[in-house]
Amino acid sequence: MLRLDGLSKTYTTGDAALSDVSLTVPKGQIMGLIGPSGAGKSTLIRCINRLVEPTAGKVLLGDVDLVTLGKGELRRQRRRVGMIFQEYALVERLTVMENVLSGRLGYVPFWRSFLRRYSGADIQRAYQLLDRVGLMDKADNRADALSGGQRQRVGIARALAQDPELLLVDEPTASLDPKTSRQIMRLLTEICSERNLPAIVNIHDVPLAQQFMQRIVGLRSGRVVFDGPPSELTETALTTIYGEEDWNAMRQGDEEQAEAEADAKTRLEALAR
Amino acid sequence: MTATAYPTRWKRPPQIVKDRRWRIVLQIGIVVYLILAIGTVEVNWTRVYDGLERGQRFVMGFLQPDFTSRWTDIRQGLIESLTMTLTSTVVGVAISVPIGIGAARNLAPPWIYYICRSIIAVSRALQEVIIAIFLVAMFGFGPFAGFLTLSFATIGFIAKLLADDIEEINEGQAEAIRATGASWLQLVNYAVQPQVIPRLIGLSLYRLDINFRESAVIGIVGAGGIGATLNTAIDRYEYDSAGAVLLIVIGIVMVAEYGSSYLRKFLQ
Repeated sequence: MLRLDGLSKTYTTGDAALSDVSLTVPKGQIMGLIGPSGAGKSTLIRCINRLVEPTAGKVLLGDVDLVTLGKGELRRQRRRVGMIFQEYALVERLTVMENVLSGRLGYVPFWRSFLRRYSGADIQRAYQLLDRVGLMDKADNRADALSGGQRQRVGIARALAQDPELLLVDEPTASLDPKTSRQIMRLLTEICSERNLPAIVNIHDVPLAQQFMQRIVGLRSGRVVFDGPPSELTETALTTIYGEEDWNAMRQGDEEQAEAEADAKTRLEALAR
Repeated sequence: MTATAYPTRWKRPPQIVKDRRWRIVLQIGIVVYLILAIGTVEVNWTRVYDGLERGQRFVMGFLQPDFTSRWTDIRQGLIESLTMTLTSTVVGVAISVPIGIGAARNLAPPWIYYICRSIIAVSRALQEVIIAIFLVAMFGFGPFAGFLTLSFATIGFIAKLLADDIEEINEGQAEAIRATGASWLQLVNYAVQPQVIPRLIGLSLYRLDINFRESAVIGIVGAGGIGATLNTAIDRYEYDSAGAVLLIVIGIVMVAEYGSSYLRKFLQ
């Protein structure tokens, strides 16, 4: 279970990216974090594993407060939090297997990781995860030889290799096409429910969030302005989160995109006939 | 508005000096300065005439290079130079890697950063010939002084370019590795090294042929190698042997150049 208590972040430039965010994410819950760009979504999830240092507040994972930890202890606690990134953030010149095994870095001594001599159990697990995300045959390919969707699958496998108790997911589908986005979201939610794993997912695509999330938190200028199930995410709620004009523009954009997609689909079907 | 109302002429506006009068003054000023400056260069035309003859002999030496009569000297110089080049590149690169990592702002704490950057600055500020003169005075004539000179110069070159390269890595990949709970060494090994290795190898090969060229220069001030052979040949007015040495140097540099560019292409 994750509990954020009064979490705030003010950058040195004086921008208050987060102010007084308090949230509880119980085991097994997939929480979507929506909000306009600059609302502090990225900052929020990066404050949890302290890739960004919060200025105030508590991050309680189980009963450990991650904010007060020293360097060494922070590294050990980071193993409990898996992270998945927007641009996949795979090490491009390493093989898929090395990328998955890099999820074990927090557990193994330097010489083992340097010589790539991971234990049998680690390697077995890595293969198992690759099989789970459907990339068994790509283990020896270099990461930059994969397509976007495949890369994100490797990213998921890497995060799971950590044996995490929490997943932080930063815009997992932002660089993917609509169909692959849905596949990735489906995979993520399946994996989370298989393992009863809580996840915080930053997502800017509202329909996608409504489709896949169990709970949605809306962030606006660093504050929580909505917290509830997707069914309660009404027009009014969205207007509070995105502001009137932006939301209308976004909705129009989404409708246009949906129409365009439907149109393309009928055309393709017509071609196939 | 109709189309005819738009202007039909357009000129690129001046970018640096906006005022037309200033532009004219500056242009005239530059021309006048150039004329005056050229006027102050003293040329001794009779000396130039004498020199032409010597130059001609030099060129003739090139046209009829003599590889045979000084071959043992040339061979020994070459072996010395090549040994010096290879050893100094290996040692220089080996020392450069930790210094380069230390000089990367995104990996090292400030105090280490400043120490490493000053080592690089010192190494880059001193030209090879100056270090060679100094080291020859310290360690005597011969290739050892040359080896030390080239190693020292290599540190400035490789460490600086490596550090700049590390500072430009894709931070996303480093962030992802950091998020797994990796230690600093693991971060360097998994996130930084894969991103910079191809370039480090390319730079090392490039430095290898720079070091060979430099070995010919520092030999002239006593640091051994093919430069010493060349210097002796010129001192003895044996321009045909000197020509042979220069041709060999050019040949080896060309081979190294094509070889390293081929290898670099292969690595990318």
